[in-house]
Amino acid sequence: MTTLTPILHPEALDTLREQASAVLDSDALRVVVCGGTGCNSNGSGAVYEALLAAVEERDLPLRVDLLDEAEMDALSLTFSGCSGFCEVGPIVRILPEDYFYVRVKPADAAEIVEKTLMGNEPIQRLMYKDRHSGEPYARRGDIPFYRHQVNITLDDCGLIDPADIRQYIAHSGYKALADSLFNQTPETVIDEVTKSGLRGRGGGGFPTGVKWNITHKVRGEKKYVVCNADEGDPGAFMDRSVLEGNPHAVLEGMVLAGYAIGADEGYVYVRAEYPLAVRRIRHAIQQAEEVHLLGDGILGTAFSFHIKIKEGAGAFVCGEETALIASIEGQRGMPRPKPPFPAQGGLWGRPTVVNNVETLANIPKILRNGAEWYRSFGNEKSAGTKVFAITGDIVNTGLIEVPMGTTLGDVVYKVGGGIRGGKQLKTVQIGGPSGGCLTTQHLDLPLDYDSLRSVGAMVGSGGLVVMDEDTCMVEVARFFMTFTQSESCGKCVLCREGTKRMLEILEKIVAGNGKVEDISTLEELAETVRDGSLCGLGKTAPNPVLSTLKHFRDEYLAHVVDKRCPAGQCAAFLNYSIDAAKCKGCRLCGKKCPVDAITGSVKEPHLIDQEKCIKCGACFDACRLNAVLVG
Amino acid sequence: MNSNHVTVDGVQVELNGERNVLELVRKAGIDLPTFCYHSELSIYGACRMCVCEIEGKGLQATCSLPPEPGMVLRTTTEKTLRIRRMALELLLSNHCGDCPTCSKNGQCRLQTLAQQLGVREIRFPKPEFTHELDESTPSLVRDPGKCILCGDCVRMCREVQGLGVLDFSGRGWDVTVNAAFGKPMAEVECVQCGQCVSTCPTGALTVKNETNRAWELLYDTGKTVVAQVAPAVRAAVGETFGVLDGEVAMGKLAAALRRLGFNKVYDTSFAADLTTVEEGTEFLKRLATGERLPQFTSCCPAWVKYAEQSFPDYLDNLSTCRSPQQMFGALAKKHLPDELGVASEALVVVSIMPCTAKKFEAARPEFATEGTPDVDLVLTTQEIIRMIEQAGIRFADLAPEALDMPFGMKTGAGVIFGATGGVAEAVLRLATLGSDPKNRNSIDFHDVRGMDGLKEAQVTVNDRVVKLAVVNGLENARQLMERVKSGDSDYDIVEVMSCRGGCIGGGGQPLPNDMAARERRRKALYDCDRVQAFRNAADNPFVQEAYRKWLDEPNSHTAHELLHTSYSHRRRRANETIGVNESHDPNMVAVKVCVGTGCYLKGSYDTLHRLMDQADRLGYSDRLDVRATFCFENCGGGPSVEIDGELYSHVTPDAVNRLREEVIEPKLGYTPLVKEKAPNA
Repeated sequence: MTTLTPILHPEALDTLREQASAVLDSDALRVVVCGGTGCNSNGSGAVYEALLAAVEERDLPLRVDLLDEAEMDALSLTFSGCSGFCEVGPIVRILPEDYFYVRVKPADAAEIVEKTLMGNEPIQRLMYKDRHSGEPYARRGDIPFYRHQVNITLDDCGLIDPADIRQYIAHSGYKALADSLFNQTPETVIDEVTKSGLRGRGGGGFPTGVKWNITHKVRGEKKYVVCNADEGDPGAFMDRSVLEGNPHAVLEGMVLAGYAIGADEGYVYVRAEYPLAVRRIRHAIQQAEEVHLLGDGILGTAFSFHIKIKEGAGAFVCGEETALIASIEGQRGMPRPKPPFPAQGGLWGRPTVVNNVETLANIPKILRNGAEWYRSFGNEKSAGTKVFAITGDIVNTGLIEVPMGTTLGDVVYKVGGGIRGGKQLKTVQIGGPSGGCLTTQHLDLPLDYDSLRSVGAMVGSGGLVVMDEDTCMVEVARFFMTFTQSESCGKCVLCREGTKRMLEILEKIVAGNGKVEDISTLEELAETVRDGSLCGLGKTAPNPVLSTLKHFRDEYLAHVVDKRCPAGQCAAFLNYSIDAAKCKGCRLCGKKCPVDAITGSVKEPHLIDQEKCIKCGACFDACRLNAVLVG
Repeated sequence: MNSNHVTVDGVQVELNGERNVLELVRKAGIDLPTFCYHSELSIYGACRMCVCEIEGKGLQATCSLPPEPGMVLRTTTEKTLRIRRMALELLLSNHCGDCPTCSKNGQCRLQTLAQQLGVREIRFPKPEFTHELDESTPSLVRDPGKCILCGDCVRMCREVQGLGVLDFSGRGWDVTVNAAFGKPMAEVECVQCGQCVSTCPTGALTVKNETNRAWELLYDTGKTVVAQVAPAVRAAVGETFGVLDGEVAMGKLAAALRRLGFNKVYDTSFAADLTTVEEGTEFLKRLATGERLPQFTSCCPAWVKYAEQSFPDYLDNLSTCRSPQQMFGALAKKHLPDELGVASEALVVVSIMPCTAKKFEAARPEFATEGTPDVDLVLTTQEIIRMIEQAGIRFADLAPEALDMPFGMKTGAGVIFGATGGVAEAVLRLATLGSDPKNRNSIDFHDVRGMDGLKEAQVTVNDRVVKLAVVNGLENARQLMERVKSGDSDYDIVEVMSCRGGCIGGGGQPLPNDMAARERRRKALYDCDRVQAFRNAADNPFVQEAYRKWLDEPNSHTAHELLHTSYSHRRRRANETIGVNESHDPNMVAVKVCVGTGCYLKGSYDTLHRLMDQADRLGYSDRLDVRATFCFENCGGGPSVEIDGELYSHVTPDAVNRLREEVIEPKLGYTPLVKEKAPNA
């Protein structure tokens, strides 16, 4: 990329936007290879290289720089951030037609170049096909997964090149910043954010405008803006994708927050386990500083705002804002009691706004399009959209964005495409290990802050783990408790000791040693830890236990009273035996058995020694005659 | 409703500057239980015992909640009681629970609260406990199996004492309180002040119990066991028995000690008077020459160790006077055998101290004569109380007895040594009044009294204005030292006591050892001072006699030999080296390579190896004495290498060749065999 020229007044930004947009959204061919973490892991890097080689081999004019006039009509080939549909990656989009190719391999490059790029002919083989009907969809917008979404935060993810600030500017990036600095006061900015109804997307759901207003009003020479990118829920990758796919939206949100509250310094606290996100945000900071949209004298004004990156070392609890602040300060990452709230005494004791990545990414859009526009999405108390990472036993795993208040059923069946393998939905764990489980009775429940809270669950950061009928709910509770127990910082008594004891009881139950009174002890513990813990981690750690007890108490009882696992998942309750009538005595199962528990000579029915059997299921998998019985 | 009230359990309580709701609730007469709340430490919020239900706010920990007018709260509800009981049950389930044999039995807050709140069952399985005690220091014992992770010791050590010797390590269930890298306490910068012991709610940190050793000495009929009792002990020893008057308690203690079998009971205050005379004389000399000012007091062993490890550049400024305990020990061991008519080896000196660090001080090698320590055993106030209890002595019923002479004679100045400001006041009395008894009535120096962390005063001595500072608590001392270092403070004399309040709040004092108890003890000492016949140390007739008989005059050569000491730099282990390649060649070159953390990370280990490899290859390794050493305090310039006493910086492995050619080889007189010669050479 050529050297960037400093943008020292709003008109210069307007000019650059017009130039960049004219090229980016022109009729010239544009190939976008998804460079999100999912596609990247599936080999999208090699796909990009193969496409580049195929283009060069055929001497097609290739655009090297976005704004090089000599290359105006040339073909562009860039990476983008996450496209969301991770299930079918690597994904290649070809604009302006918006052909959408899935599961692309390097070997497909030549065909793509020749047919689609040179002949404008879509390749049916590479299109996404409906799971049920087999119907192919040529364009992105036709695919049900996308059709039922509303993309505000994610609209540029999967489209623009996150490494080129001009592509963000082309799509009205930093326009809200210019407008705010030149035409708005901090008060009117805060007012607009308040009116938009935006609430914290990190899980708490606190109104963002109110938080800004409190921090704005606290007197203090030095204030801070902190971007919480310590996304730690298992199976959640919303913030990661936004940082990787559209880092400038987050930076612009932070600068706007700084302007609103009167801060001149900000931190992005991001997990070190997100190397690509760290790289992209670091690069974005450099670029923004180079063009004076960040750093000293932004857009030629007297307003300065500096952003630093702090890489977290992988402690889940550092997503809690006071622990996060302690971590930035170089202290042990442990929460401290509130008050004082960060707005009063946060980073180094100064007034601090801590906002989540997705919250900040929404800010430029809100200020650009107005609070009313934003409120037109979502519902009364939960405005706008929410990004969810949807995983588990669902057809379309990936990253989705839907208006707040979309029902669980629509998310699972319309966007998510239903349950894998034609099985039945059993539960959806929402909000990660701090969240709760929803069941088929909640299919019509609107996914918003208050509706979810009313059923003992939470939006959380946006993890949605879908589980089918074969799921044991006690095991699910045990799994999540293992996570929170190992992620407890160990400071407050109830969380440190309580999560460990809950885990012990759950382990005892799935191992078949549970007693009826264990359930009441578990419930008492869970309620006490919820009521009495110091921080959000402890207060929400019992949620998986409490919600499974609420909706699936009979499964707990089956484990402790009947000594059986209704889902047939807990090994302790399984019994493997051989149906003598079906067994032909082939010895296959005996050879697979890791503990030599299966006896019987060739052509004689075999027998499993129950004392030796470790219930691993190897015999069941090995038998071709379905002679191994599980019960 | 009155706008300045909070309703606690239906009762209106007036707000009066309380920092948090917890203080307010306690003011309302409700003993809300806590483990991790201490008014002098930062708010921690971990024990969850103080949760209350607040109208409109739900369940809240009251320690961190600022009170607001109109607040309505209930302290004991179904939920709060359940939380408290559950927290206790959980703590007990992860606690070794050897209560009957625990030294904290009866004084343990975990035990008391579990009893009080009616925890009668522990439903969770106990893990196996291996008692890995840390008994590395002479003063303290750590038992991790009893730790409830309230963090009181961590914050006490860091916030009040400015040390941070203890901190948390591990996460979740695996959290433990540890010294750095899990090292024993003796190997870290612990000054053994024992303030962690005073604040620990359980038996995880206790005073090292040496009562059995005391009994052995007392049983031994061949020994003459004499006791010296420190000033601050009299203010606290009676608390357990309901005797709060310090003078009375001292008399009863003398009676109790004789019943326990001590042959003589003396007063460390006598030695404090001696200290005042020696230290005052030393100060007046320094003041006259202007050298080594400010003069720092040296009575407090924890402060002395702290200065040795943290402010070694100021060791010359410390008074060279031994502490009263050690002056007593030296004097007693030298002259008491003759006075009492016993053999030297039969005399045993036991001191009764408010202080844990005194155990460490008595064990310092410089305070031993021919291998025998001047003070044979140090018992804390806590330990002597135990012995009195073990012997079944009804302390309160004892008739007070007089102390033995000559070392039982004291002045008021020697008594107030036990409170912060006392040493300074004793020196001021001496310096400003001389020994003129007429001045006895204007002898009080109120500026240096009281519990403030830093007190300053100015007095005129020999027509010169003397600036004086008194600090207590090592964090306060640290801040003062930083100001002295930066030149922001120009004191002439500084009294430092490590513990808040001075020795009356020492780590060996009975529990509770909180600020309220310390204030009460402080008053008790000044009450004792007021009733003494003599209040200026110089007036002590037996001190005067000691000079006549044994010590010549203050700061004399004899006095120096017996009553003064010297200090050593503890910061670095610069003198400890590891011989890598020892050379016995008379013309050897001595090379020391720093392998301390800073230099190691910059590659000093490779520097060392490369140097040795090359020396081997070039055939002069037998003339090179190579040692690995720990720190030259040149970390910024690391890797550091010292060659024949001269320090070289930035000797990375790549720089070894140059150093060898330019420094080492010329010293060895070594000429490279294969070196290209300049054409004209």
